[in-house]
Amino acid sequence: MNWIFEPWPWYIGGPMIALVMILLLFSGKSFGVSSNLRTLCTLCGAGKNNDFFDFDWKTQRWNLFIVVGAIIGGWIAIHWLTIDATVHIHPETIAKLNDFKIASAGSAYLPEELFSVNALIQPKVLASLAVGGFLVGFGARYAGGCTSGHAISGLSNLELVSLYAVIGFFIGGLLMNHFLLPYLL
Amino acid sequence: MARSFSFLLIGILFGITMFKSEAASWFRIYEMFQFKSFHMYGIIGSALVLGILMIQLIKRLKLKSFYGESIEIKDKDKSFYRYSIGGIIFGLGWGLSGACPGPMFTLLGAGFLPIIVVIITAVFGTYVYGKIRHKLPH
Repeated sequence: MNWIFEPWPWYIGGPMIALVMILLLFSGKSFGVSSNLRTLCTLCGAGKNNDFFDFDWKTQRWNLFIVVGAIIGGWIAIHWLTIDATVHIHPETIAKLNDFKIASAGSAYLPEELFSVNALIQPKVLASLAVGGFLVGFGARYAGGCTSGHAISGLSNLELVSLYAVIGFFIGGLLMNHFLLPYLL
Repeated sequence: MARSFSFLLIGILFGITMFKSEAASWFRIYEMFQFKSFHMYGIIGSALVLGILMIQLIKRLKLKSFYGESIEIKDKDKSFYRYSIGGIIFGLGWGLSGACPGPMFTLLGAGFLPIIVVIITAVFGTYVYGKIRHKLPH
């Protein structure tokens, strides 16, 4: 059982994600996490003056449990199932990130230059996280789903529109990664 | 109550998987867009192969859910613009924050507190979409 404490290879991670989707299908639900962001808007009262958020949030209560579980799962994973959380990415990627002054590449789970409480004091870091989050939330709802809803659920159901969405995810991600991030990091 | 608890357990399984597979790591997303590792492609690809097989089995054998109901997999609305434009916007955010909507909650649980900024602004982004969606091409 020692493998549990090591980083999981793709051939464990991928099938586990498929298992999550299949368990949801057999529970009569479909896998899609970003819908919860809409439900959270409704819970904040956004339905009072906007019909997009005016729906019975209780129909989505099951999905909020998925979110609460995802939070608890993160806690369990880092405290009980991980000895060393370092993510061993490709040496060339580490070198490239070092050039952008991301010195924590290859020695941390997340870049400390972006995701530590100290880094957050810098306006540039705060703005990057805020813009990133905004685009993820806006884009996911515009596209009607995120990685789970389109790349996993939608493509598994051989939906052409999910292929459009996933191609879009990669166009956007590649643009950010190759053309914008070099100026932002 | 029992059903709610089962969803909580599925969510925990999902969260553990996101963290342990490193799909929740900004570094893995960055590396994926640099095409320097098979890791993320292997995760999505293997999930997809199993997902396609299972959905075909469900449809062809008309398998029932745990609760004896028939399993309905709704087709998404047909359109091009909303999926491609929305997808590109999502991708820009994914490439920058390195977090999709699932992993951002996993990272919160794992104690990376600055992710709260990403979560709050993602909720706000969803709200703004809801506000202006009538003016957008779909």
